[in-house]
Amino acid sequence: MAGQDRVIVAPGDTLPDDVQGKEPYVIDIGGKKVATVVGLLDLRGEKPNFIPLLHVYVPKPGDVVIGLVSSIGVMNWFVDINSPYAAVLTAQDFLGRPYNPLTDDLTRYLKVGDYIKAKVVAFDRSRNPLLTVNGEGLGKITEGKIVEIQPAKVPRVIGKKKSMLNMLESETGCQIFVAVNGRIHILCPNKDLESIMVLAIKMIEREAHTVGLTERVQKYIQELKKIKGIGEA
Amino acid sequence: MSLTPFRIPIVPELRKNTILSLIAKGLRVDDRDIVTPRNVKIETGVIEKAEGSALVRLGATQVMVGVKAEIGSPFRDTPDEGVITVNAEFVPLASPMFEPGPPDENAIELARVIDRSIREVNAVDRKALVIRPGEKVWVLFIDIYVLNHDGNLFDASMLATMAALATTKLPDYEEYETGDIEIVREKTIGPLKLNHIVLTSTIAKIGDYIIADPNLDEETVSDTRIVFAFDENGRIVGAQKTGMGAITLDELYRALKIAKQAANVYFKSLEEALGGRLPVERQGVEGHG
Amino acid sequence: MGGKAQVRLIDEFGRRHDGRLPEEMRPVRMQVGVLDNSDGSAIVEYGKTKVIAAVYGPREPVQRFMVLPDRALLRVRYHMAPFSTWERKSPAPSRREVELSKVIREAFEDIVLVKLFPRTTIDVFIEVLQADGGTRTAAVTAASLALADAGIPMKALVAGVAVGKIDGVLVLDVDEIEDGSGEADLPVAAAPDIGKITLFQLNGVLTEEELSKAMDMALSAIRQLVELEKKALKEKYAFSREVRSE
Repeated sequence: MAGQDRVIVAPGDTLPDDVQGKEPYVIDIGGKKVATVVGLLDLRGEKPNFIPLLHVYVPKPGDVVIGLVSSIGVMNWFVDINSPYAAVLTAQDFLGRPYNPLTDDLTRYLKVGDYIKAKVVAFDRSRNPLLTVNGEGLGKITEGKIVEIQPAKVPRVIGKKKSMLNMLESETGCQIFVAVNGRIHILCPNKDLESIMVLAIKMIEREAHTVGLTERVQKYIQELKKIKGIGEA
Repeated sequence: MSLTPFRIPIVPELRKNTILSLIAKGLRVDDRDIVTPRNVKIETGVIEKAEGSALVRLGATQVMVGVKAEIGSPFRDTPDEGVITVNAEFVPLASPMFEPGPPDENAIELARVIDRSIREVNAVDRKALVIRPGEKVWVLFIDIYVLNHDGNLFDASMLATMAALATTKLPDYEEYETGDIEIVREKTIGPLKLNHIVLTSTIAKIGDYIIADPNLDEETVSDTRIVFAFDENGRIVGAQKTGMGAITLDELYRALKIAKQAANVYFKSLEEALGGRLPVERQGVEGHG
Repeated sequence: MGGKAQVRLIDEFGRRHDGRLPEEMRPVRMQVGVLDNSDGSAIVEYGKTKVIAAVYGPREPVQRFMVLPDRALLRVRYHMAPFSTWERKSPAPSRREVELSKVIREAFEDIVLVKLFPRTTIDVFIEVLQADGGTRTAAVTAASLALADAGIPMKALVAGVAVGKIDGVLVLDVDEIEDGSGEADLPVAAAPDIGKITLFQLNGVLTEEELSKAMDMALSAIRQLVELEKKALKEKYAFSREVRSE
């Protein structure tokens, strides 16, 4: 583990009083700040920062997510967004016009098992999250591959100032979109590079809390490319 | 599978606040203090066809217990002991919360806690239930029937169980050359041999307060309850924390103290109902063995 | 009350039938993240007792009525595998399993931050793979680890241990042989970080003094168990998944 400046804490552990960290991952019990999930306490900055290592994705309006159509309603689809709550995408939103269930069929546009890129419009604890596909780049995903990781690891795949993301794209020639709900869409020139990218992402997920990760992942990709006999992408 | 109860009765906010503000002053809605149980009424011998029976009213809570004696084989690993089995039914007529069907986790828990409380100290002497060692023993069926639920089913059930057992008369039986044994229910041969009287005393924790014998409203707003079982010598012979909240060690000891006080009232009530005498010999307080 | 124990439970040196001293726990092993499909999982061993727990959720239940409007519902299943005991146990849930599922669920109701996930269920499935006494306490410890492994926010970690009384001596972490012939069995679960007792049962006779001593014994062991839980959770991130106690 990383030594004095970064410490892993467990639920119930007390954190420094001036720790940066929000509910529900840091709560106040009897005047002390306590961690409620396993997380990383980063003591390097001006104020200690608590980063939860495992957490459930809770949607926020404005989040761009990759959803998986899981079932079909009368006027809408139910979409799995890797969160405790199934999200809703209305037919009207998708088609941009009113939808008549008597003369039309939702499965013509999206079937169960399709992936979509969508934005969370609304979510409060009394209703399920509402999605929209109106926006640039949003809509049904028709090519490429989707990789799932724990939502907590998403920042690591992006890296500080996109360092990890840029490295991945340049080393593999793939296009990557990392959604905040732990799903990653990759579009690669060929199947070999696609496999290499998946392995690289899984490595990042496993070792997200370690230092020097970007360099190690880069080396790893280069070795894999050598094995597969791929030149510079 | 155990589920968080999701069809719980809703106690109106007003009633809940009344309960809390009264408890803060050491009082309860029905004029009691925090260590005193409700009015106890015990009737025995209420079901003639049962070998033993009792009806207990604890405030508005009503529980009836019937004891039936049958003859059967002992368990393989205890050939020299009779068999006692306890079952509880939370019948639907007793409360809008009770659904028809097999006993739910609450009924099962209650039956098992009562079973353990009398089993551990051999309250009903199981060796005295043997007819023919290894072959034929008395099998006692203790059936707890909740008739009206107004809180604290444990204490009412335990009182009724003990009252029924204390007044149970084992039926006569005939042994034939074939080895068969037939019960002759028209005649009785005597009471059960009781080694101890065991009663439970339940407390509820509501916020920082601990109260004895909670009624239904108090139970509903409580964080958690603890059931303590005592014998006639004041020994602790069982305990069960039941309910969703948590307690501190301090609260546990406070609860024990209050439970013991309330238990004394239950023992007195039972003694009176049994004609002024408990059918066991009391030994000093906190006896051994 | 058993009278059927041929084994001497405590010898003249104060050692138990397996050589332990009264305040000694059996060797404890904990492993986190052992099952891929569940959101969180853990295996806990107290000596020969082996328990596995898996957590799914928070998730919306298949049966839509099984919800509460303002909090998550906990669903806990404590179940013993048919091969877990000397005599094969029928897979159908027994009354004992029903009661233990309830008390184990209640051990977590005030610990998991359920208000964060209204209208969902959090499922905790516990299977006893091998039973040698203390299964419900090992189950609580495994469930606590599995919940933390799933990233479900909790006020604190919970662990359980049972204290027994055999031949008049209080002993920690009773195994099956001791449980069968002892005079008392006290399973306890607590969250030491917040000083709360969440599971408490007594089967048998204890004086008030014995109860006090037994609780101290249990809580001290629980503190150590929670430290082991934290170690197991943290070590998942140091490439070594297993944690052993000496």
